Amino acid sequence: MADTKQTQKPKKGGDGDGGSAGESGQKLAKKGEALKEEMDALVDEIDEVLEENAEEFVKNYVQRGGE
Amino acid sequence: MQKRIFGLESEYGIIFTPEGRKTLPVEKAIRFLFEKLITTEHFLNVFLENGARFYQDTGCHPEYATPECASPRQLIVYDKAGERILEDLQDYAEEKIREERIAGKLSIFKNNTDFVGNSYGCHENYLVDRDVDFYYLAEQLIPFLVTRQIYTGAGKVFQTQDGVHYCVSQRAQHIYQKISGTTTNDRSIINTRDEPHADREKYRRLHVIVGDSNMSEYTNFLKVGTCAVVLQMIEDNYINKDFTLRNPVKAIKDISYDVTCKRRLRLDNGREYSPIEIQREYCEMAQKYIEQYPVSDQLKDVVGKWQYVLDCLDDDPNRLSREVDWVIKRRMIESWLEKRGVGWTDPRVFMLDLQYHDIRLSRGLYSLLERKGAVERVLTDDEVLKAKTEPPPDTRAKMRGEFIKLARQNSIQYDLDWSNIRLGNLLNVRVICNNPFETDTEKVAELVRTIQRTNLRKTSLSKLVIQS
Repeated sequence: MADTKQTQKPKKGGDGDGGSAGESGQKLAKKGEALKEEMDALVDEIDEVLEENAEEFVKNYVQRGGE
Repeated sequence: MQKRIFGLESEYGIIFTPEGRKTLPVEKAIRFLFEKLITTEHFLNVFLENGARFYQDTGCHPEYATPECASPRQLIVYDKAGERILEDLQDYAEEKIREERIAGKLSIFKNNTDFVGNSYGCHENYLVDRDVDFYYLAEQLIPFLVTRQIYTGAGKVFQTQDGVHYCVSQRAQHIYQKISGTTTNDRSIINTRDEPHADREKYRRLHVIVGDSNMSEYTNFLKVGTCAVVLQMIEDNYINKDFTLRNPVKAIKDISYDVTCKRRLRLDNGREYSPIEIQREYCEMAQKYIEQYPVSDQLKDVVGKWQYVLDCLDDDPNRLSREVDWVIKRRMIESWLEKRGVGWTDPRVFMLDLQYHDIRLSRGLYSLLERKGAVERVLTDDEVLKAKTEPPPDTRAKMRGEFIKLARQNSIQYDLDWSNIRLGNLLNVRVICNNPFETDTEKVAELVRTIQRTNLRKTSLSKLVIQS
């Protein structure tokens, strides 16, 4: 399972390098950049609501098995 | 079947986090959730005005079962409405908890696992023709169900000795059998529970328990919609290729651990296909099928979306960071890590995963993404709001929902299950509705009137059974 390890950084511009799926590479790269900026702005908002005692919370989050 | 009944059952994770010495056991927290729903039915098991059922299930999970729905899209409207209903109940429960002077926070998650190996399910129900050979149907469906997680998975962070990883599906690692009769031990892909809640001569129930609970409307729509198309093709004997997997239970885990979605699986006939390739085969058959057979516009839309997600997956799964839960969530976590300059071993990664599924609009990270327009939607807020109180207009749920409203307005004693309405002082009047497609609410209204007249005269009504 070592290959599922998420050590690689997300590709910048994500999907712009191939350009084989119809849209031009440049257009896709632009779309990817916009998405990245959008996500960057979101990170601050995520932190505003993210559980403060994250580690503790996750440790305590134990459910009984359901169906 | 052209006309089909769909149902979705979601078990929710629940936890109370105390902010002080006093705590609250989860059993009690759940009781508070139900307190707002005072009916004459059994406590912890009630039907709602929209026709849905809300109850406490195995392992102390609140569970919401949608009303009978007539299409995949309608189904996901009612599934989403369930999240909103539960959030209302959570508000009420929190108020009650405050009244008890217990400081803390109640959290409810629409996901399928904790981080120590427990799972709770999301079960899909499809009404199928009794005439179709069930085991044939199941065998045909399994390769589809095993591989569909590449666009229906909800994604999960997990830890092993060699680090923190991300996998496609929440549920995959909890599946141990192909087909079985139990839902808590030896969970399977397809469960054999045969409770059609309808005429058993005509129908049986297909109970799929391998799926993940979805936050994304787009993903949820694809999950149910593609399965509906494949089912219809199987019923029409349209599937002419054999994708029987050599080891479907192992395959489901292998696929979940492969975020490229391209690693090949061995079929029974010795050939090897990637999950994308198997899905492409089904999707291509579906494209031809919808040209030749009568298929609803909605299912045609599903096939279009299906093709789109497969094209994206083939190119780069990151392209689905607005459409598919596991990609949306991973993208969110990656962006967070990148901006904070930390790696996957940061303990907050697990919280980001969990909180994506928080049903509280103000806390849930999926709902934050949705508010910011960062995900594709399929539904409108208005239709979800309406579905909280209005039953689907074209199934038996309409009769149940209308009945509940009338009975409450008139303080009539009642008890319900999916195909029966019992009412009257001694619950001695029973309406049997074995046809899940029936919508004749006048029958229900008339019955309520009869009961009212009888109650007013204070005479006892002898046992009355009405076959609807």
